[in-house]
Amino acid sequence: MKLLYFAWLREKAGIAYEDVSPPESIATVADLIKWQISRGGVYSEVFSDISIIRIAVNQEYVDFEHPISIGDEIAFFPPMTGG
Amino acid sequence: MIRVQTENFNVGIELEELTSDDQNIGAVSCFVGLVRDIAGDKIVNSMTLEHYPAMTEKALLKIEIEAIKRWSLSKTLIIHRYGRLNPGDQIVLVATASAHRNDAIEATEFLIDWLKTKAPFWKREETPDGSFWVESRSSDLAAANRWIKGSM
Repeated sequence: MKLLYFAWLREKAGIAYEDVSPPESIATVADLIKWQISRGGVYSEVFSDISIIRIAVNQEYVDFEHPISIGDEIAFFPPMTGG
Repeated sequence: MIRVQTENFNVGIELEELTSDDQNIGAVSCFVGLVRDIAGDKIVNSMTLEHYPAMTEKALLKIEIEAIKRWSLSKTLIIHRYGRLNPGDQIVLVATASAHRNDAIEATEFLIDWLKTKAPFWKREETPDGSFWVESRSSDLAAANRWIKGSM
């Protein structure tokens, strides 16, 4: 699955996107975040405050309990500031 | 209609085109957002807007459809720019046209309120002290939440 990072999450991650292959037990967005953090590196910093992280799966806003599957595009970003 | 672009837009031309083929339109309302040269106590030299290309038009379309469901509108137009902008530059245009004024005025207010918190854009301000991501404002969220009824 493809992960995308925007705004300051992209800067903290040091990348705009990456392809990952989590194990099958990773079933929700929350699982994915915990799995990413467990991989070490920058991810504990990227996901240090999940209260200010918004998520989209396949370009639709979802919550942390949303299921994920192979082939999904999962985007992480801060609250929007357009307009 | 939704347009996401780096180029500037001409409000006069856009409004003229919005109403050109429908003479049942009796009211046009619009909002134009501009880059300010100050944010709080910081001087803003320029601003860069990032967005999520694959999602932006989809998210704006959802907001536009919601407005069309709630108000009697003949036309709607949202133009949102991205990339680097300078103080005084236009960022966003929301325009609606309807037979009578209330629908257009309310729908315009709704569209800009929802767009600010639901469209995937992020602003970064370049100031003399460095550049900073703009934080979302609770007042913007409160403005958006005024319009909640049912689900989007």
